[in-house]
Amino acid sequence: MQNVAKQNTTQKNMAHQNIAQKTQTPLIDYLLRLGDSALVLGQRHAQLCGKAPALEEEMALMNVGLDLFGQARNWLGYAAELMAAELMTGKIDADHLAFRRDAQDFRNLLIVEQPNGDFADIMGRQFLFDAWHVHLLDGLAQSSDPRIAEVAAKSLKEATYHLRRSSEWVIRLGDGTEESHTRMQRALDNLWQFTGELVQFDEIDQAMLEAGIAPAPETLVTRWKATVEEVLEEATLERPSYDAWMYTGGKVGHHTEHLGFLLAEMQYLPRTYPDATVW
Amino acid sequence: MRPSGNPPSTPIGDGPIDDWPSRDLIGSDRSGLPPAGEKGDVDAVLAVLQEVPDPEVPVVSVVELGIVRDIDWVDGRLAVNVTPTYSGCPATEVIEQHIHEALVAAGYSDPLIQRRLSPAWTTDWLTDAGREKLRAYGIAPPVGSASKRSLTGQSDPVVPCPLCGSNATERVSEFGSTACKALYRCRDCLEPFDYFKCL
Repeated sequence: MQNVAKQNTTQKNMAHQNIAQKTQTPLIDYLLRLGDSALVLGQRHAQLCGKAPALEEEMALMNVGLDLFGQARNWLGYAAELMAAELMTGKIDADHLAFRRDAQDFRNLLIVEQPNGDFADIMGRQFLFDAWHVHLLDGLAQSSDPRIAEVAAKSLKEATYHLRRSSEWVIRLGDGTEESHTRMQRALDNLWQFTGELVQFDEIDQAMLEAGIAPAPETLVTRWKATVEEVLEEATLERPSYDAWMYTGGKVGHHTEHLGFLLAEMQYLPRTYPDATVW
Repeated sequence: MRPSGNPPSTPIGDGPIDDWPSRDLIGSDRSGLPPAGEKGDVDAVLAVLQEVPDPEVPVVSVVELGIVRDIDWVDGRLAVNVTPTYSGCPATEVIEQHIHEALVAAGYSDPLIQRRLSPAWTTDWLTDAGREKLRAYGIAPPVGSASKRSLTGQSDPVVPCPLCGSNATERVSEFGSTACKALYRCRDCLEPFDYFKCL
């Protein structure tokens, strides 16, 4: 069946055939990691709609979430096309992947599924993610896969602006009042245990590196650390140890209990009315 | 200005089935349309698109916004390439639909609207006329050129107030009413305003 599927790849997918033949499943997995992290963090933002501490922050949080949803659609749309070609079905699209998979099928980082908490938790999570995201996208913009390169180049502009905002908030809260400093430090200490995944690389990352699709892990780690250290120092915050014990598993579908609740809320409507065309 | 072609007189109902209502308006009697396999008049198409407003900032057209990237003919079929401003811009589909409807109403049968991501949209593509219209509408146009420095805030520009012209303005929030804008405040006339940020 697999050979038949390969012969039946559409012309659109021909450009990706070389990569697909070499790393068919890893590439799909890798795209799910990118798309799911953007999607789940976007959904965390959507949950704040109507609940932000100030109107300006409400708009900012929603706009960052919207950017992330757009990026998720681009990544998952590509993953869906590759899946559809492999499975010889046209019924998979980005919405299908977002709304009809269960928690164990999601490949997002654990940090993005952590609950919203207070504003320090929200901005701390965003900052630690953004500091990683911009450097990853910067590398992916040079990807050997043209589709990945163009989505990354587009997303990079948005992520750079997100990092600017989250850095400013971490600095303002960390170097602010005694209360804001205490809360920002507490948020950082709590979120830190989920950062191990950002700099941990497995066989899928290795396959992407070898295919020239993804950047070298060493560069990403070095640059992420540099950004984190620079901002935390200005924020007068104490950086927890890189060698601290870390939770991992999101990238292979082992999630914290929070993801299931998030998906239950996000997927409720499309699962109750599957294939509805008017909401 | 809309070109002088006749609007479709007789709707044809047997065209390709699609969700877009404009599919019912397909007309074929517009003068100046290229015969099959030939290229048509790009300026005439631009004139039609010049009348299609951005749904969120209706004072500027999709042409002035710089999101119409390419106009071409594929086997006699008009193909328009459009790029989104932001990955998650919720107006993307609506804009594509509006472009389609305007072209069909102008007599182009079954135009192809394609989405293109690369090269990524930049505010540098906003036309001068578009910038002036933004200012007149109360939205400060992007200051300077889009660059990594402007995105990371290393070179925050002075944004003149679009209402009173004062340079004494300050940023209130990185985001305004849409993803493409930031919220500013004028310290002289005390009015808040949107700034169409550099991207």
